[in-house]
Amino acid sequence: MGAIFRRELKAYFTSPIAYIFITVFYLYTATYFVNYNVYYGLTDMSYVFQCAFNILMILLPLLTMRLFTEEKRQKTDQCLLTAPVNLFSVVMGKFLAATCVFICAIAVYAVYAVVLFGLSGYLAWATVIGNLAALVMLGASFIAIGLFVSAMTESQVVAAIISFIIIMFFFMIDMLSGIVQVEWLRTVMVSLGFYSRYAEFSTGLFSVPNIIFFVSIIFIFNFLTVRALEKRRWA
Amino acid sequence: MIEVQNLTKQYGAKKAVDSLTFTVNDGEILGFLGPNGAGKSTTMNMLTGYISSTSGKALINGVDILDDPINAKKNIGYLPEIPPLYLDMTVKDYLNFVYDLKKCKIPRKAHLEDVCGLVKITDVYERIIRNLSKGYKQRVGLAQALIGNPPILILDEPTVGLDPKQIIEIRTLIKKLGKKHTVILSSHILPEIQAVCDRVIIINKGKIAADDTTENLTKNITTDHRLIARIDGAREEVLKTIKGISGVISVSADMEREKGVYDYEIETKEDADIRRELFKRVAARNWIILGLKSSEMTLEDIFLKITMDDSFELKMKKSSGYKEETASADEEKFSAEENSGKTADENSKEAEE
Repeated sequence: MGAIFRRELKAYFTSPIAYIFITVFYLYTATYFVNYNVYYGLTDMSYVFQCAFNILMILLPLLTMRLFTEEKRQKTDQCLLTAPVNLFSVVMGKFLAATCVFICAIAVYAVYAVVLFGLSGYLAWATVIGNLAALVMLGASFIAIGLFVSAMTESQVVAAIISFIIIMFFFMIDMLSGIVQVEWLRTVMVSLGFYSRYAEFSTGLFSVPNIIFFVSIIFIFNFLTVRALEKRRWA
Repeated sequence: MIEVQNLTKQYGAKKAVDSLTFTVNDGEILGFLGPNGAGKSTTMNMLTGYISSTSGKALINGVDILDDPINAKKNIGYLPEIPPLYLDMTVKDYLNFVYDLKKCKIPRKAHLEDVCGLVKITDVYERIIRNLSKGYKQRVGLAQALIGNPPILILDEPTVGLDPKQIIEIRTLIKKLGKKHTVILSSHILPEIQAVCDRVIIINKGKIAADDTTENLTKNITTDHRLIARIDGAREEVLKTIKGISGVISVSADMEREKGVYDYEIETKEDADIRRELFKRVAARNWIILGLKSSEMTLEDIFLKITMDDSFELKMKKSSGYKEETASADEEKFSAEENSGKTADENSKEAEE
């Protein structure tokens, strides 16, 4: 696991992809930060946290799309899968590497918080920390989904698009629940909604069930990735 | 030691590998021979645990590759058909990565130096793999397989893309490795197998067509004896005379080599040595033998014969399929020729560099 993690992380930073990812993320969130917190003088960072959802929905599939597709295309998966390591540690190595790049990106929120504290002299630290935790969970869920899709296809573009569609599905599903008449189905749809669960944190509510929900999503998709790799072996 | 029992791989209705059974003993170099698409790579992928078998067993040093893949894989170094290289890494980073991946216990620096020295890649150690020539990439792939000193090496066409000098070096290296390791290597280059391997398994259409030592294979299959005699004399008369010798099955004259000199191909019965009789009769007529040699079957002939025989069998079973079979066999021959042409091209290219 350690070897794969280190290799992936290095590959991210030797290619432009990690830098592009981080730069775009900084620019996008900084616009919100400057607008709401610096210009309007709000001490509440909830807008800056909420805006991250949209940009991550687009950016994270780009970060995860090459993780397994390239291995298959270059046949380097033959090296990984014939080495004495289990599939779970292969998947975890890659998952953690992508999560690490993602955490580099969201670390900028700490800077925003410090700047805001310096400007206003006041900050609800507990809310900010709770929000950051939620953001990590959300991003890791997106990464787990992207990783799973990349294990299913050989094309990076297809992987990116399909990951985006799946994330979009989880984003939209609770909005669509209003038109569903069946009670139990509506409950399911509402409870699967990523955005409402994430947005709850930015209102200052640290909800343990929501954290458990995201952890479950991460676990399920990483598990599916292992199964997908296993299935390819048996096909 | 590798034990394979009824190993089968099925893709839909097609059996890519059809119940292979064989054993490779410690310190043996086994050659896998077969036309493209015969199932060599599929078999190797199953032995290394990259893909699973549909049925059957593969034991690596007594450990089943499907039951306990991690312990089985610890014993194997694998060089696939396309070396699994991360093009954006340097050779150094890549080999260190493989070292970590295999959880090697041998002291790192000395071991990597040893391996690089063995396959002669020390001079490109710091370079990015993408920029290496095909020969170097192949050797980095080989180095990757050697890391950790696994007791079993499985090499899928290890000399593809190398220049003649490198090919000889790699062959010598494999022979050397064969003293301590169990080696399986596949190839469709026959002299290579002949030069390196103790034993050959010829695979055709997923089945074992022959399994024997290289010498035995050459001996056993050469049931028909052929002589080629270059004789200066009147063509029709010579033919008639040779036919008169007891033990001769057939004789045919080749094109005219010099004025009045022809090559005669003589097929004789088994155990019939007609060389002395031939000399006497020809001398009695005052013709002159300019050359006489027995045409022994090379592994190449055996290979073609075995793969062709199979198509003859098929012809018996279903007459319609025959034409396709021979056509594909011809293609195989062509592709082999193309390959040899290609290596020549690459050689000149490398020489230019």
